[in-house]
Amino acid sequence: MSEPTPKVAALAAKLEAALPGLLTRAPALPDELCYEVQPDKLKEVCLSLRDTPEFKFEILIDLAGIDYLDYGKTEWKTYSATATGFSRGVNRGGVRLPHEGARFAVAYNLLSVTNNQRLRIRSRCVDAEDPMIDSVVDVWPGANWFEREAFDLYGILFSGHPDLRRLLTDYGFIGHPFRKDFPLIGNVEVRYDAEKQRVVYEPVSIEPRTLVPRVIREDRRYDAALKTQK
Amino acid sequence: MNEIRNFTMNFGPQHPAAHGVLRLVLEMDGEVVQKADPHIGLLHRGTEKLAESKPFNQSIGYMDRLDYVSMMCNEHAYVMAIERLLGVTPPLRAQYIRVMFDEVTRILNHLMWLGAHALDIGAMTVFLLAFKEREDLMDCYEAVSGTRMHATYYRPGGVYRDLPDSMPKYQASKWRSQKNADAMNEARQGSLLDFLTEFTARFPKAVDEYETLLTDNRIWKQRTVNIGVVTPERAMALGFTGAMLRGSGIVWDLRKKQPYDVYAEMDFDIPVGVNGDCYDRYLVRIEELRQSNRIVKQCIDWLKRNPGPVMIDDRKVRPPKREEMKGDMESLIHHFKLFTEGYTVPEGETYAAVEAPKGEFGIYLISDGANKPYRLKCRAPGFAHLSALEEMTKGHMLADVVAVIGTQDIVFGEVDR
Repeated sequence: MSEPTPKVAALAAKLEAALPGLLTRAPALPDELCYEVQPDKLKEVCLSLRDTPEFKFEILIDLAGIDYLDYGKTEWKTYSATATGFSRGVNRGGVRLPHEGARFAVAYNLLSVTNNQRLRIRSRCVDAEDPMIDSVVDVWPGANWFEREAFDLYGILFSGHPDLRRLLTDYGFIGHPFRKDFPLIGNVEVRYDAEKQRVVYEPVSIEPRTLVPRVIREDRRYDAALKTQK
Repeated sequence: MNEIRNFTMNFGPQHPAAHGVLRLVLEMDGEVVQKADPHIGLLHRGTEKLAESKPFNQSIGYMDRLDYVSMMCNEHAYVMAIERLLGVTPPLRAQYIRVMFDEVTRILNHLMWLGAHALDIGAMTVFLLAFKEREDLMDCYEAVSGTRMHATYYRPGGVYRDLPDSMPKYQASKWRSQKNADAMNEARQGSLLDFLTEFTARFPKAVDEYETLLTDNRIWKQRTVNIGVVTPERAMALGFTGAMLRGSGIVWDLRKKQPYDVYAEMDFDIPVGVNGDCYDRYLVRIEELRQSNRIVKQCIDWLKRNPGPVMIDDRKVRPPKREEMKGDMESLIHHFKLFTEGYTVPEGETYAAVEAPKGEFGIYLISDGANKPYRLKCRAPGFAHLSALEEMTKGHMLADVVAVIGTQDIVFGEVDR
């Protein structure tokens, strides 16, 4: 991507000087800054980002779990399907290829009110089966619910979190719905059973469908536009 | 002698003061709250996951349904995120329209908040008065997008269409005489901008009216002063934004500090509280009503003077005009591709935030180069605020819980997503 703005470049230089070897620059838009942080160094980095006067990231604006399982994969066989004709999108599922690199990651969007700057750091969970990462609740108390949400939706465990319960899903819900291998239509449906006089859970009766297949086009139109603009 | 023990109480989810579907498990010592455990998710629809399964433009409508009293602000964050990744800038007129409607939305939201908050604490009249003005703004929504609430009006690259030249009018019926209808239509003879001009002229009077009812009202002050106090440091640590942060005395407003669209051109002030209690947050929001009114006025002035396009001229993002499609094969193809497949967004990630009425509403968008978002995370201000409910209510009486929920301006559409 194109050159960062002067403000971002200055912050980047300061960060890299203050935390040598802890931050790996990740690609970002010219007016944004993103770093990858090793999960075992996360707490250390966060504390210094919060407390160092020239950074002062007092607010954890957002914490997002990410599942990279299907990154860059499409649902439309554009090239190979010509002999047989086009069909609807391909329904994935069944056998999945193991994911290269860390599957789960957590992204932290930070804001400094004092210095009016933003920063994003991302940490990848090493273990894909049992993703675990240090909790930042004692750095930013506001992380509490954000981490509970990420645990609920992605199954990422935050070690050191005081109260890691499910947050958004139903009581007694099974699975982590935002994982890419969790079907959009879910696994169970509920209805009221007049005979049993209560609400019953049953396996879903509808078929999964891909309405609009996911496609990636070799679209380079905006590369030039981005360069001339910035 | 019997030992007095704490007891647990269930508040909601079916409670008029729970602002939707909040279930609160309260541990009470007599009438004093010891612990508050909000159970949310009763309105969880998986918006972010749904968005991952649809082309970019099809999720604009979902954004309205997040915070369903500040619809266009949510759309704004979403289309901004896409625009940032595409690297396109909407035409100036579209930016003014968006800013104007953001502020109309802020007034809508704050009126809803004011009415509901006052109603929760026991002042009935404000609710009725606030809804009177809201009705007119809803009509603006309707005039511009066709719906009163879920507008789906903003698009990556601009807005769906230009402002209308006429306003919908009331008709005489069995229940409404021609004379009454004419009276109601008096302000609706001109364009949408004329209608809004008339509104902005009388709206400060309406705010004065709300203030007469509340600001010096003894009961109102007893219920809000020193309730739910948050220190500035704590407000930041807990992730507060918007009026919750400004109420604690921190001068922070994205419209000023990190201006987007044409907010840099606007002349307005940021109101700030002193004590960080419910009363200060009330004063902050009341002043925001007046400031929003100022911004709307400035936008109207500009928009009346500067006609122009409201959408970028990029055929890969913007659908072609109907008449072009009749004679031009390429337009037909563009139309077909845009509505079956959508456009692809270059690989990358971004975080776009707007100053929504409730605080910072942000969209963290990751694209892997496909026609659908790879990951969409909505940063809802209410989510962070509600997570601090326990801290804000601890040691307060049960009735103050209602005041705190009110002051946080909770809407479950965005908290549960």
